[in-house]
Amino acid sequence: MVKKELIVSAIENGTVIDHIVSSEVFRVMRLLNLEKCEETVYMGSNLESQKLGKKGIIKVANRFFAPEEINKIALVSPNATIIEIRNFEVTKKTKVELPQTVKGIVKCMNPNCITNHEVIETNFTVVQNPDVKLKCHFCEKFTTKENMEFL
Amino acid sequence: MKNKNLISITDFSKEEQLHLLDVAEEFAKNPRQRILADKIVATLFFEPSTRTRLSFESAANQLGARIIGFSDASNSSVTKGETLKDTILMVSNYADLIVMRHPREGSARYASEVAKVPVINAGDGANQHPTQCLLDLYSIRKTQGRLDNLNIAFVGDLKYGRTVHSLTQALCNFNCTFHFVSPVELKMPSYVKQTVKDNKLEYHQYTELSDVIPFADIIYMTRVQRERFADPMEYERVKNSCILNKAMLAGCKENMKILHPLPRVNEIATDVDNTPYAYYFQQAHNGVFVRQALMSLILGAKE
Repeated sequence: MVKKELIVSAIENGTVIDHIVSSEVFRVMRLLNLEKCEETVYMGSNLESQKLGKKGIIKVANRFFAPEEINKIALVSPNATIIEIRNFEVTKKTKVELPQTVKGIVKCMNPNCITNHEVIETNFTVVQNPDVKLKCHFCEKFTTKENMEFL
Repeated sequence: MKNKNLISITDFSKEEQLHLLDVAEEFAKNPRQRILADKIVATLFFEPSTRTRLSFESAANQLGARIIGFSDASNSSVTKGETLKDTILMVSNYADLIVMRHPREGSARYASEVAKVPVINAGDGANQHPTQCLLDLYSIRKTQGRLDNLNIAFVGDLKYGRTVHSLTQALCNFNCTFHFVSPVELKMPSYVKQTVKDNKLEYHQYTELSDVIPFADIIYMTRVQRERFADPMEYERVKNSCILNKAMLAGCKENMKILHPLPRVNEIATDVDNTPYAYYFQQAHNGVFVRQALMSLILGAKE
């Protein structure tokens, strides 16, 4: 317990995003627009984790996220846990779930897709069978996980 | 179907597709009906496709509609740097329906979301060409009397041929058995085969066209392009495996018909043209009736 608090301080109110894939911490920061957040934000990467070996963690003071806002991080960290803290107590703990649609954050990998040639917000349906793929609403081509490029 | 867009064949349910084929049959009997005399159809061809454009324009003309548009993006303000969105918004003010062909995939779906009038996709890059699919369904039903339980052989470039992808998907509604004949390099993509499997239907793969001739009800031929092969030697080795000539037709089923989206190069020898099995020119003609049906239904002139 003591050791944990030394690594990343506890927050009084806010959200802890735990079990982030270590290498994706910065991307999660960006996806949630935390780079511009004016509240206290702690982030840690390559922390010891029994579940993942190494993990990343982000703590944001005084911020709570709607599911549709935070679920997009499942694309890069499918095992992430969202913990809401109120008055130093855990009040809610949920796992991220893959959203059904992903808008505006991923580039379509088809170079001939219209979204790569005009200013159009990208829009994908998330398909899981069994690997996660994104089906472009416009060109109907699939962008696979390895080829996902974030805008 | 009034005011609906047609971007992908899956935008229309099986019932809607069958209804459209019924209406197309009426037009085949009586093609000159001036039921769109007060309508303007815009044909926006951002890349040239004379065959498809003429078919749409002939269909619209026979219904009395007036036509505006362009046959090549170089004749439009695209060359001045206008975005697709602006072109579509502008044309929406001038026409009751937009028929559009564009070299980029997804352009038609996007246009349909921007336009204030219905949009028919006449081909968006390598993605969809739903009116081709509908005229193929029409031709199959017309020649076989049904769409169900047929043995359908697709031959040639099955990897890049968008028409064979959407037709396979559409025929999955009708309990058909699929026979895919192609050089190894140009095999049917796995997502199409997965659709067949998901519908609990069968498919078989071949490299020799002669293997499927005895049992096929429909042989759907496509062009094998030399440019598709990384190794030109490989093209030379396989180029004859997907060519059909008259002699090969001995022993085919009597009801068998040969379809081809055209243009043909050498994959169907000209000696096939005068056999009772050749249907590709009538197939193209059927496209006019199907497009008449589609435009009348979307514009509310038929129910």
